[in-house]
Amino acid sequence: MPSVVCRKIMEDERLLDIELRVLLEAIYLRYHYDFRSYAMSSIRRRVAQAMVRFKVDKISDFQHDLLRDPVLFSEMLQYLTVQVSEMFRDPSYFKAINTQVFPVLATYPSLKIWVAGCSSGEEVWSLAILLKEAGLLERTIIYATDINAEALRKAESGTFDVDRISQFSRNYLAAGGRHSLSDYYTSAYQGAVFDRALKRQIVFADHSLATDAVFSEVHFVSCRNVLIYFNKQLQDRAVGLFHESLVPLGFLGLGSKEALQFGAHQNDFEPFVKEQKVFRKVA
Amino acid sequence: MNTLLCARTDFDAVVVGASAGGVSALQTLTSRLPADFGIPVFIVLHVPRDRPNGLSELLGARCALPVSEAEDKQTVTGGNVVIAPPDYHLLIETRESVALSVDAPVLFSRPAIDVLFESAACVFGARLLAILLTGASTDGSEGVAAVRAVGGNVWIQDPADATAPLMPAAAIAHAGADAVLTLEQICLALENTNT
Repeated sequence: MPSVVCRKIMEDERLLDIELRVLLEAIYLRYHYDFRSYAMSSIRRRVAQAMVRFKVDKISDFQHDLLRDPVLFSEMLQYLTVQVSEMFRDPSYFKAINTQVFPVLATYPSLKIWVAGCSSGEEVWSLAILLKEAGLLERTIIYATDINAEALRKAESGTFDVDRISQFSRNYLAAGGRHSLSDYYTSAYQGAVFDRALKRQIVFADHSLATDAVFSEVHFVSCRNVLIYFNKQLQDRAVGLFHESLVPLGFLGLGSKEALQFGAHQNDFEPFVKEQKVFRKVA
Repeated sequence: MNTLLCARTDFDAVVVGASAGGVSALQTLTSRLPADFGIPVFIVLHVPRDRPNGLSELLGARCALPVSEAEDKQTVTGGNVVIAPPDYHLLIETRESVALSVDAPVLFSRPAIDVLFESAACVFGARLLAILLTGASTDGSEGVAAVRAVGGNVWIQDPADATAPLMPAAAIAHAGADAVLTLEQICLALENTNT
């Protein structure tokens, strides 16, 4: 990739950040997508990649075009928001959920689980499969939320590239899956299509951790590798939403390198499976 | 000893990139860092994504400074050695903190050296020292270009001295270097870079 980052900082590294902040403010005012509290290091890189893709050299020119062209903005949104996950990413996390969190969840007559920042849905479908195998899916509602409508559509389709399936299968078995992943999908021209029966319990919805409020009481929040894209203030806001949403003693699962210990809510949760970043809301 | 590199000791941070042959090179480099090294050191080594990796313990055992795997938004101060975790990019967020990302691999690598170097160049500008070691990838070339573009200093391991010469040679060809040194010379220079 020709390094736009490199060319930009050659101009003036201080101006780069000023222009980026102005761009994010403009996007917020025009489209109500709020990236102003995202981690600058990742935003800088993602905007630079988008500029390579759309062949613009100046952030100010890019801003001019984005404000006037909603289609361009929706394409650019993919660069700002898409996380690439995989099914059962970090199998040891899913194993811990399966063997240590599900037995507690099984004591509730009905369950609500929130997968926040679900992107294209790999981890949502993973949880649905494990819930089915634990006999819990029928009494569970999974809320799968994201700000990216295109990613949500992809998530809802439950269709993944066939060439990713062997990795997914290895992860599934490592996570303690009881059957074969192939029991849950059929191969079609466009890829592996996962069993629609799994989807009956999933609600896909637009929700922003930056601007929206809590929408339901839930027993478990899984939000992995989403908070790393936020600055500390926005991380505090998001974890605050999770805290507000969770029942007493509800569970919160984060990505393997995400921590609560530096944030405003560090005393509101206690480690439940420490090495897998599974926390429990203090009663 | 290269006089050019002795001319500059005014760094606020060091970033280091290594790939094939990098474990041994990094062991040597970190074991030579003095206990009163006053600035943070950030390291990307290309590692397999899903194998448990005891790199921080391995390097920490022979390093006078604390060595740890990065946690997201962690505060990092002088005298600490921070390593990119497997399967995450490590980025410099502010002068005092790091960020992680799971953005797509760069040249098949996550963590990628380019990502660390470019993000560090944006934050530390001319006050950055970047060191590129042995490797069989072309990762690091764009990062070296970014560091040099903002006036930071780049030391590259002499390809003739590297276990795998491709990565340092590619970066030298792509963006040049402020100094091309053997690993031993890099260690000596770091001992004199104390701020």
